[in-house]
Amino acid sequence: MAKHDLVGGSLWEQYSSKVTQRVINPSFMGDLTEEDAEKKGGKLIIADWGAEVCGDAVRLYWIVDPDTDIILDARFKTFGCGTAIASSDVMAEMCIGKTVDQVLEITNLDVERELRDEADKPAIPPQKMHCSVMAYDVLKKAASIYKGVDVSRLEEEDIVCQCARVSLKTIKDVIRLNDLKTVEDVIHYTKAGAFCKSCIRPGGHEPRKYYIENILREVRMEMEKEELSQHLEERDFSSMTLIQKHRAVEKVLDEVVRPILILDGGNVEVLDMKEHEGSTEVFLSYLGVCAGCPSGQTFTLKKIEDALQENLDSHIRVNIV
Amino acid sequence: MERIYLDNNATTIVDPKVKEAMDPFYCQMYGNPNSLHDFGTEVHPYMRIAFDRLYSGINARDEDDILITSCATESNNTVIKGMYYKLIKPGKKTQVITTQVEHPCVANSCRFLETLGVDVIYLPVNEDGIVDGKILREYIDPDKTALVSIMWANNETGLIFPIKELCQVAHENGALFHTDAVQAIGKIPVDVQDTGVDFLSFSGHKFHAPKGIGGLFIRKGRDLPPLLHGGEQMAGKRAGTVDVPGLVGMGLAMELAVSNLDYESTEVRRLRDILEDAILAIPDTIVVGQRKIRTPNTILASIRGVEGEALIWELNRQEIAASTGSACASESLEPNPTFVAMCVDDQLAHTGIRLSLSRFTTEEEIEKTIDVLKASVERLRNISSRRP
Repeated sequence: MAKHDLVGGSLWEQYSSKVTQRVINPSFMGDLTEEDAEKKGGKLIIADWGAEVCGDAVRLYWIVDPDTDIILDARFKTFGCGTAIASSDVMAEMCIGKTVDQVLEITNLDVERELRDEADKPAIPPQKMHCSVMAYDVLKKAASIYKGVDVSRLEEEDIVCQCARVSLKTIKDVIRLNDLKTVEDVIHYTKAGAFCKSCIRPGGHEPRKYYIENILREVRMEMEKEELSQHLEERDFSSMTLIQKHRAVEKVLDEVVRPILILDGGNVEVLDMKEHEGSTEVFLSYLGVCAGCPSGQTFTLKKIEDALQENLDSHIRVNIV
Repeated sequence: MERIYLDNNATTIVDPKVKEAMDPFYCQMYGNPNSLHDFGTEVHPYMRIAFDRLYSGINARDEDDILITSCATESNNTVIKGMYYKLIKPGKKTQVITTQVEHPCVANSCRFLETLGVDVIYLPVNEDGIVDGKILREYIDPDKTALVSIMWANNETGLIFPIKELCQVAHENGALFHTDAVQAIGKIPVDVQDTGVDFLSFSGHKFHAPKGIGGLFIRKGRDLPPLLHGGEQMAGKRAGTVDVPGLVGMGLAMELAVSNLDYESTEVRRLRDILEDAILAIPDTIVVGQRKIRTPNTILASIRGVEGEALIWELNRQEIAASTGSACASESLEPNPTFVAMCVDDQLAHTGIRLSLSRFTTEEEIEKTIDVLKASVERLRNISSRRP
């Protein structure tokens, strides 16, 4: 709560002028028929998403060129608020000229960005974001119909929020894409949990298999782990701690060196590592057949050192104990 | 034509006569009524007139209190929290009964009591959309129930609750009765003696007084601890310097509201019915609640295939103000609790549009609204993926 929140009822004031324009005059509103498809030499796809019960529903029409997978034309109809009309209109426009696979990369955020007047000012208030998430879902649906892959799978997805029919995958995707941090954000963006609230946390009207609170915690944990490991990978070897260096060396051994040694019935283990005047000394011991192999001190040693130097740092010296 | 205001259940235009009556109390007679000097005392006669008008407007007796508050939200909070300190905290009673369709100020005050360990029952409505004595009788418990709080008329639907009957059931079971009469004052007769209510809340800006002023009727002998502690204003029952211009304005607004009740039940009702008939003439539309048990100014309609917020946007663009209970238009995305409680078809929960008239609404405005509404529904049904 702060100065800017003290005047209420500002929902419509937060819409960009592009949103307003599209609500008043949607250019891609309408339908496409088999006849239209025939004229353009494409295949007609009709996909539905959402339900009137939830307050938003959209129907997307495509004509797709079966040879190139390029979407030749797109139209929409929607039962929904202004944002649903505007975001569906942008979504339909964004489809035209793209292949079905390219369209699958369009996210709710892309649709929202397209509606912005200024690059860093959101086009719609956060609680309206679910309307563009709906765009993302209907695109997935249309693509699955076109590809003939498991439309039924979409229906049998793990549904977290029964009221708004929001799937586990959608919630996880939306958390990742928008870097959501609070349960309230997830509710605003996906609409999951906005109705009977049973799926927010245990103890609601009815027990659920999944709870938004837990999903958010798990996804955030995964994201943190990924970020950490990415950091490690991106980090300069020379600035790592000795434990991190050890892990990095083990990783290269696992990925590059050991698969070859194991093929011959041998292996290698790290006995110790030392840092010495800017270089890193790695002490290895051969196992299995490698232990008695004559090339162990020459060719094999060189190959292991090269692999570590190439993947990590040129100042690594390998010593066989 | 000027823009058209059909959202009178949200707030109303200040009657120009009311504004004029308030004017002298800003720059001429601006004294604090608690002061001993002339600046203070010269406003007393005007305040007395205002109180006379308020007392007479709801038929209160001189020995009863009508506290001047800042709004009905404050009045409702005073009663609900006051009852907690008076009867529940000392352990005399344990329960409050209200309904599932109350205004948020009653609903959320009750939720707050729940956090303090109070047992709160939210009564369901019957198929007519109201709570009647039969439903209340099922839940009320003479040993537990301290307070029954039920609105006189619903803000969304305009449906009128049988307050006299409900109050009788409460009293028969040893409970006190409070009613939020915000949507009743100025639309239908409100009589605290005939109904026997113990507490009654009202809000000036719903009957052509300004925002920021309200009232709370408290029957003699039903004293409550104050919500606002401070000076000795209102005999210590509601501290804070009284808004003198607001009180004067609300007094006159009450008198005008009561004297216009006939006009409300004939002319306003006639215009409402014209608009309602025109909406119902559009295929696949419904209006919630029977006309005979509704306030004469309210229509809550559902137009299949047309989302509520999209429709009020469309109307607003053409300079007509209406409101929606649709989930999309609220900050919370919650579906309209009245719809949910009434078990209206789920799909309708997002297609609600509320049109509420006042005695300032003209026939010309209603005609224009009908034309615009028809065209807007046509356009939105064209866009809709759920065209009926």
